[in-house]
Amino acid sequence: MNAIILTAIWGVVMMLGGAFIKSKTTPKYLAIAGLAVIIAANCMQLNSGLSYFTVDVKDMLHFNSLNLMFINVAFGCTLLYFLLSGRDIEKVGENVSEYFALIFFILCGIAIISTFNSLLMLFIGIEIVSIPLYILTGSDKRNLKSNEAALKYFLMGAFSTGIMLLGIAFLYGGSATGTFYIDNIISGNAPMPPMIASGLVLLLVSMSFKASAAPFHFWTPDVYDGAPTVFTSFMATIVKAAVFFAFVRLFENTFGTMHSQWQTLVVILIAATLLVGNLTAVFQQSVKRMLAYSSIAQAGFMLFSLFALNNLAKEGLVLYAAAYSLASIGLFAILIKMKDYTIDGFNGLGKQQPLLAVTATLFLLSLTGIPLTAGFMSKFYMLQAAIQNGHHIWLVIFAVLCAAISAYYYFRVIQAMFFKEAAADVVLADDVTPAFKVLLVITAVLIIALGLFPSLLIDWLYF
Amino acid sequence: MDPKNIWITFPELLIWFPLVAGLVTFFIRNEKTVKAWAVLASVITLGISVVSLLYADNTKHFYLNNVSYFWLKYLGSNFSIGLDGMGHMLTALTAVAFPLIFIATNKTSYKNANLFYGLMLLTQAGLMGVFTAMDLLVFYFFWELAVIPAYFLCSRWGGERRIQATFKFFVYTFTGSLLMLVGIIYVYMHSAPSASSEHSFSMNAIYSAVLSPEEKSWLFWLFFVAFAIKMPVFPFHTWQPDTYEQAPTSTTMVLSGIMVKMGVFAVIRWILPVFPDAVMKFDNIVIGLSVFGMIYASLIAIKQDDLKRFVAYSSIAHIGLMCAAIFTRSEIGLQGVMIQMFSHGINIIGMWIVVDLVEKQTGTRKISDLGGIAHKAPALTIFLVVIALANIALPLTNAFVGEFMMFGGLFKFNMVYTAVALISIILAAVYTLNMVQKVFYGEANTITGAMQDITVSQKFVLAVLVVFIFLFGVYPQPLFDITKDTVTAIITRIK
Repeated sequence: MNAIILTAIWGVVMMLGGAFIKSKTTPKYLAIAGLAVIIAANCMQLNSGLSYFTVDVKDMLHFNSLNLMFINVAFGCTLLYFLLSGRDIEKVGENVSEYFALIFFILCGIAIISTFNSLLMLFIGIEIVSIPLYILTGSDKRNLKSNEAALKYFLMGAFSTGIMLLGIAFLYGGSATGTFYIDNIISGNAPMPPMIASGLVLLLVSMSFKASAAPFHFWTPDVYDGAPTVFTSFMATIVKAAVFFAFVRLFENTFGTMHSQWQTLVVILIAATLLVGNLTAVFQQSVKRMLAYSSIAQAGFMLFSLFALNNLAKEGLVLYAAAYSLASIGLFAILIKMKDYTIDGFNGLGKQQPLLAVTATLFLLSLTGIPLTAGFMSKFYMLQAAIQNGHHIWLVIFAVLCAAISAYYYFRVIQAMFFKEAAADVVLADDVTPAFKVLLVITAVLIIALGLFPSLLIDWLYF
Repeated sequence: MDPKNIWITFPELLIWFPLVAGLVTFFIRNEKTVKAWAVLASVITLGISVVSLLYADNTKHFYLNNVSYFWLKYLGSNFSIGLDGMGHMLTALTAVAFPLIFIATNKTSYKNANLFYGLMLLTQAGLMGVFTAMDLLVFYFFWELAVIPAYFLCSRWGGERRIQATFKFFVYTFTGSLLMLVGIIYVYMHSAPSASSEHSFSMNAIYSAVLSPEEKSWLFWLFFVAFAIKMPVFPFHTWQPDTYEQAPTSTTMVLSGIMVKMGVFAVIRWILPVFPDAVMKFDNIVIGLSVFGMIYASLIAIKQDDLKRFVAYSSIAHIGLMCAAIFTRSEIGLQGVMIQMFSHGINIIGMWIVVDLVEKQTGTRKISDLGGIAHKAPALTIFLVVIALANIALPLTNAFVGEFMMFGGLFKFNMVYTAVALISIILAAVYTLNMVQKVFYGEANTITGAMQDITVSQKFVLAVLVVFIFLFGVYPQPLFDITKDTVTAIITRIK
C-alpha cells in the first residue's frame, strides 16, 4: 500500500512543484530523494508487513512478498535509471518536473498491476501505466518522429485497451457468480465455457500487445525508435517487465487450473516472438532499433514463465526482470551519450572510453546470456522452469537456438567498440562525469553479483 | 592428511592463481614487465601443478585434491572442484604449455601487451576450471568462460580476417553450449536429490540420473554436438582452420593444444558415464564420422599451401582418432586417448612454435614460397624433424604409444574402421614429410636466404618439448600411472 499511495502523492508534488521551481536540476534531486524514501517504505512493508496507510481495499489488491519484492526490483531499477539518465531527462524539454511526475504516476500504475486481485484494478493499473507513457513518447514536441510515435502508440494502445475491456466483460459474464476477483472466476479444470474462452483469448491478445509479444509487436520498434531515448530506456525495461509480471499474475490466478487448455496458445506466442524478435534484430543498423527488437526477443524468454507457470518460473521472472532491466538501462544510458546511434557509431569506443566500453560489453554479454552475468542465471531459471513443466521440449531447444542468433547482433556492437577504428576523434556527443562512470560500474557489479548469487534476490521471495 | 589442517587445496590454487595473476596483469603498464610477469606467473602455476602431482594419490590425499563450497544451495549446485587422474594430467598439460608458449613467443610484440597477457592468463584459469569441475553447472560456467577471453584475444590481435573468423568460432561454440545447457537442465531434473534440494548437479548425482533409453538418445546428441564442435569432429570442424589461421599464434597454441582437449575430456567425463546406452547405440555413427573426418582432413592437409591451415587440418585428423577410440569403449583405447591427449598437446604446440618462428623471420606462411631453411637454421630444422616425426607417430616418440593403443581399441571394435583409419597414418606421413621437405630442404631462395637460426630461449623451449616427446615415447609409465584409475572407473561404470 505504501508504494501505491506514496508514488501518487509524490507525482502530484512533483507536478505542482514544477510551477514553483525555476532551477532545471532541482526536480531530478527531488525525484531521486522521493523514490529512495518510497523504496525504503516498501521495504518496510516487505520486512514487517507495516503499512503507513490503512485503506480497506476490499481484497482488490493483494500484498505478499513476491509482489512487494517485484515492486522493489522495479523501483530500484528506476532509481538507478534516475541516477544514470537523470541529466538526459533534463535535456528533453522545458517541463522537467512534469516528466518526473509522469514517471511517478507510471510507478504507481506498476505497483497496482503487480498487486491486483481484481480485474478492475488490473484495468485501472494498465491505464495508469499507459497514459503517461503516451505523453512521454511525444514529449519531444518539435520532433515529427516523436509525434508520430506518440500518435501510433496512443491509437494502438486505445485499441488494445478496448479489447481488454471486452475480455474483462466476457469473464464477468461467464463467471458463475458474476465477479471481478481473479481467483473466483473459474474453479476446477473443466472444459472452458465459450464465454470464458473468448474472454481468455481477448485478454491474452491485449496483454500480448502491451508486452509486445509477436504477432502484436508491430508498434514496438516505431514507438521505441521515435520516443526520446531516455524514455525508451524506461519503457523497454521497467514498464515491460511490470506488464509481464501482471500478465503472469493474471493468467496464473485466473486460469491457472486450466493451464493445459491454453498452453498451446502461449507456445505459439513464444515461438513467434522469439523468431520475429531475433531475426529482425539481426538486420538493424541502428543500435536503438536493434535494442527495440531485442526487447521483443527477450520478451519471448520472459513468456516462458507463462508457459511453465511454476515456482521456478516466478523466481525466474523476477530475476529476469532485474537482469534485463539493469543491463538495458545501462546500455541505453551509454547509447544516449553517443553522437551516432548506428552500430558504426560505436567504432573505437573501446579506445576512447575504455570504461564505458567494458561496462557496455558486460551488459551485452548479460543480454546474450553468458555465465557469470545475471542474464545467464535468469535464462537458466526460465529454461529450467520450462523443462520442469515437461511439455514441448522442442520449444526450449528452439529458444536456445534463437539465443544463439542473439549473440550475432549483440556481438556486433562489441566488435565495433573494440576491434574497429573510430571514424571521428570523439564518438561521444556529451561529456561523461565521474559519477556516471561510478554508477555504470555499480550496475556492472550488480549484474555480476546476481549472476553469481541469484539467491541475493530470490531468497527475498520466500519471506 | 587431516582435512582440518588444509586451508587451501590444489584445484583452488590452480584456478585462482592464474585468475588473480591475469587480473593483476591488466594494471601493469610496461610491456617488458608484463612479459616477465606472465612468464613468472605461469611458472608458478606450473610449480603448483608439479607439487600437486606429488600428492596425486586420491586414496591418501583426497582432501588435498577435492573441495566443495556451498553455492546455489536450493538448486543443488555446489562449487565443487577436484582433481582425479584425468584432471591431474590435463591441468599438468595446461600448466606446462603456458610458460612454454610465453617464452617461445617472447619476441612478438603486442599492442596493449598487458591486455593480451592478462586475457591469456584468464583463459588458463578457465581451462583449469573446466578440467577440475566436479559439478555439472560449475563445468558449464567454466566451459563458457574459457571461450570469452579467447574470443577477445583472437578478435583483437589476430590476422586480417580475424573478426569474421573468430565470430564464426564463437557462434559455433556458443550454439553448442546452449544446446548442452538444455541437456544439462534436463539431466538435472532427473538426478538424485541432495541434502538441501530436490535434485543436484554434483557429479555423482548426474551419473546416477534416472533416464529412459529414448531420453538418453536425444540428450546424448545435445551434449555430443557441443563437444564435437569443440574437438572438432567432422562435420562440425569448419570453424577451426579459419580460426587457427587468423588467431595470433600464441592463442592458436592454446586453442589447439589445450582447448581442443576440453571436448575430448568432456566426452569422457560427462557423456560416457551418463549415457552409456546411447554411446553404445550411436558408436557406429560417431566412429564413422571420426574416421571419415580423419581421411578427409588428411587429404586436405596434403593440398594445403598455408602452414597454419596445414597444421589445423592435421590436428583434425589426430582428434578424429581420439574421438573414435573413446567410442570403442575399450580399456586400451581409452587409456590410449589419455596418453594421446597429453602427447598431442605437446606435439602441436611444438609445430606451432616452428611455424611461428618461420613466419616471423620470412614474413610468409606459404609452403611453396619457402625452402632450404635447413642450411640457414640447422638447429630449428633438427627440432622440427623430431616434432614432425612425432606428428606421424613414429615409434620412440610419444604419439606412437597413444596411437598404437587407440588402434588396438579400434581393432577390437571393428576391422574395417581400423583399416580405413590406418590409411590416414600413411597420409599423415605423406603430408608431414612433404611439408618438411618443401619448407626446410632444397635450395634456399630469396625469402629464406636471410634466415637466422633460433635464439637460446627458443632452443630451450623446443628442447623441453623434444625431451617430453622422447621421454614419454620411451617411458610412458608415469602417464599410465596417473590416468589408470580414471580409465578403470569409467570402464567399470559403462560395462
